Amino acid sequence: MNETYEAVASFAQTWGLIYFVVLFAGVVAYALWPKNAKRFDDAAQIPLRED
Amino acid sequence: MEEGFFAAFLVVIAFACLIIAGKTYDQVMAFHTAIGSLAAAVGAFLIFKKFFEGRAPVPQEINGKPNYNLGPIKFGAWAAVFWGVAGFTVGLIIALQLAYPVLNFDLPWTNFGRLRPLHTSAVIFAFGGNVLLATSFYVVQRTSRARMPGTIAPWFVILGYNMFIVIAGTGYLLGATQSKEYAEPEWYADLWLTIVWVAYLLVFLGTLWKRKEPHIYVANWFYLAFIVTIAMLHIVNNLTVPVTIYGTKSYILWAGVQDAMVQWWYGHNAVGFFLTAGFLAIMYYFVPKRAERPVYSYRLSIVHFWALIFLYIWAGPHHLHYTALPQWASTLGATFSIILWMPSWGGMINGLMTLSGAWDKLRTDPVLRMMVVSIAFYGMSTFEGPLMSLRAVNSLSHYTDWTIGHVHSGALGWVGYISFGALYCLIPWLWNKKQVYSLKLVNWHFWISTIGIVLYICAMWVSGIMQGLMWRAYDSMGFLEYSFIETVEAMHPFYVIRALGGALFVAGSLIMAYNLWMTVRHGEAEEAETAPVGTMAPAE
Repeated sequence: MNETYEAVASFAQTWGLIYFVVLFAGVVAYALWPKNAKRFDDAAQIPLRED
Repeated sequence: MEEGFFAAFLVVIAFACLIIAGKTYDQVMAFHTAIGSLAAAVGAFLIFKKFFEGRAPVPQEINGKPNYNLGPIKFGAWAAVFWGVAGFTVGLIIALQLAYPVLNFDLPWTNFGRLRPLHTSAVIFAFGGNVLLATSFYVVQRTSRARMPGTIAPWFVILGYNMFIVIAGTGYLLGATQSKEYAEPEWYADLWLTIVWVAYLLVFLGTLWKRKEPHIYVANWFYLAFIVTIAMLHIVNNLTVPVTIYGTKSYILWAGVQDAMVQWWYGHNAVGFFLTAGFLAIMYYFVPKRAERPVYSYRLSIVHFWALIFLYIWAGPHHLHYTALPQWASTLGATFSIILWMPSWGGMINGLMTLSGAWDKLRTDPVLRMMVVSIAFYGMSTFEGPLMSLRAVNSLSHYTDWTIGHVHSGALGWVGYISFGALYCLIPWLWNKKQVYSLKLVNWHFWISTIGIVLYICAMWVSGIMQGLMWRAYDSMGFLEYSFIETVEAMHPFYVIRALGGALFVAGSLIMAYNLWMTVRHGEAEEAETAPVGTMAPAE
């Protein structure tokens, strides 16, 4: 029983950490990617455009 | 096609309800199925009537501009005002009951235990839910530059949702509850909500599918996260088996500590995705719109979104410190709560800084001021929450009024004020008015309810911490220093102050209802086609 717990805990502690770090790095890279800058600046104006 | 589907579905519901109403032994079930049968029959009748009148299909565009579907939004906005005033009033009643127990009247229907879920569901699901439905339908259409799909579906969503509210609320008063906090409605109401929610998701996705705008604006991402996650939470926390389909009582699939964990996974994410993600969507559309500037950093809003939705879902176990839940699980919950400081404050900064260069508007525009104060309350309560999730702090704060104060700084300050701000914007837009009827009254609303919130929160802080300290006080012999009733007695003055704060908040909401009503009746029209003042119809 205890071994199962240890195994699950160590899996969660290592892979969980990697999962969140990779996810966060991906999101930050996507948000800051220079090529996306114009698209995001444009998107920010969507509510203000009158139709 | 769509008409036929909804008509057939409502006819089936009407007959199913009728059969259950006839065979049930349970009075609450008989009452609810009678309402359900009647409502479904009326709905089917209206669809048939519309079909046989053979009206031309509504154009998708008029003069090259999208022909937005505003009818269901108008209904949702007014439903929000109605349920808001009703829910705040019930809150005031139960606050007074705590200070003066005689107000329970010794009747089952008016006792605190039944009115309390009526209050929480009315403010969260009825008021907040209708604000979210109305604003999400408005924002997704405007930012996609497309009309919502369907003619019946959007009405089905908004009316079906309010039907759920009526069934849930009357159920509480009559004693039908599955005793899960914020998930009290019994199995049949839950099933109905599931159907309505799927329709909601489809209408929302359908609008995005039809969009003319290449990019999906960030507010829509938050709305979508709210819709999808609430569906998941609602289903998992309501996996119940009814004793019989002719009765209200059901049993949940989960048992013991697993049930507690599922319940607080649900409960905390209802805060995270209903009361946070949904209302952040409102912030990301209405604050830029009102301040007439784009959001401070669109990039930050992307990081804010993904960080918030991936972190929030883990924070639930902090509701179960010092219980049968393993310690590692509650530590995990607290850890994620602390990490949540980052996206919460990132979002707060993004909302507040949207005003940079336009801060002077706070002096002249009380609607914008309301929204900015709501963001400040968001920052405050998301700072306080992670602190309270720590085991050491929680050992003092849990089960005391501190929790109630914390919840209300978020609910009255953040959710309430951002909703009021959105309604003050939305109602003039929907009825083509330049502005709300009176900004002066908005100002009165703002100050009266701000004083109310401050009284409320401060009273609960003092009362809660005092209560927690009294519970843990020992005398030199090792005995508890205070009996429970002594703590109750000590809290009385703070309960009176809290009720006073609540009364001020109710008063503010009444001012808002009057102001919005007058906006629709007598507001100055947006176009220059106003009739001369003398010919205006008198108020009814």
